[in-house]
Amino acid sequence: MPELIAEVESLVIEVGGMPVRMNTTDPGFLCMLQDRYAGFLSDSKQPAIEFDVDLIPPDSANADADVRVTQRHGRWCLTRGDFRAEWEPAARRGWIRQSANPYSIDAILRIVHTLVLARQGGFLMHSASAIRNGKAFLFAGVSGAGKTTISRLAPSDATLLTDEISYVRKQDAGYVAFGTPFTGELAKLGENVSAPVAALYLLAQGPENRIDAVPAGEAARSLLANVLFFAEDEDLVQSTFHSAFEFVSRVRVSRLTFVPDARVWELIR
Amino acid sequence: MSKLYVARNPRVAARSLDGEMMIMSGRDSTLFTLNKTATILWQAADGATSLDEIVEHKICPEFDVEPTVALHDAEALARELAGHEILQVSEQPIPPRTAAPGEAR
Repeated sequence: MPELIAEVESLVIEVGGMPVRMNTTDPGFLCMLQDRYAGFLSDSKQPAIEFDVDLIPPDSANADADVRVTQRHGRWCLTRGDFRAEWEPAARRGWIRQSANPYSIDAILRIVHTLVLARQGGFLMHSASAIRNGKAFLFAGVSGAGKTTISRLAPSDATLLTDEISYVRKQDAGYVAFGTPFTGELAKLGENVSAPVAALYLLAQGPENRIDAVPAGEAARSLLANVLFFAEDEDLVQSTFHSAFEFVSRVRVSRLTFVPDARVWELIR
Repeated sequence: MSKLYVARNPRVAARSLDGEMMIMSGRDSTLFTLNKTATILWQAADGATSLDEIVEHKICPEFDVEPTVALHDAEALARELAGHEILQVSEQPIPPRTAAPGEAR
């Protein structure tokens, strides 16, 4: 007699100290997630959020379509060409409808983390980050600014947190950067560790290695230009805006001009 | 010519840093950096003070400009900022609503 009820399996993906459980009835998809998020899996029994993943057949959905993130009656709705998800923070539960691919769920995780962090004074940002001598350094810039290059040039005693999307959480009087599984060109997951943020460097490529001070206004503008934010929500926009100013008032922000040379890391401290 | 009144839109986030006024639209996250004149206008836009009073008492003392020219330019600026939903513009005084977020920070 065929089984009428498929067994639900789950795993917990923990990024930035926030465990998110994914439930699925598809063992193949579960294996895919285990491979994709190796190093970020947790055995937490108390997830901050739990998603039921409903897999649908792949179609010609466009993953490059614009993301829409809206909130209504306490329920977030996340949509893109290749997925649809809903999440109710008060219930800590939601569902995801997507095909069996790791990219859609990756986008959903990024969005959910931005929403949670925005309420807490933190953010995800386009930047590489690494830990050296117990301190975290962020390297921000648009595509082509050198995030991957500076990551490749990192000395052996540096721990790469990410080459693409940094995770910044406000903690006590400062900020802490966490490793993320969100990769860029290196396609290498960051280490799942964290450290206090010592500095943010705005990347620029030039004829020499040098560090220049950045006026506070420019620092705030540059930070805001690199913060990931998707929600059409005035409260969260305002929270993120003020968080950026709070960050630049507490963390040193400089411009790092560099040539593709490992000696640039001698300036990072 | 009727008087114009301007008020800060309470649905934007605003911060002044090192003399630069930055404003983010709550609707679409667009970031604006105001120049000196726009900053003066923004800071004086309480909904109760008319635009010509703002020009006379706040803008003209700062710039070497004819009052009529300054008022013309200020009105154009106010309407441009209103187009970005940064300011509200009305021919009547604008009743106070909640203060523009971040203004007092």
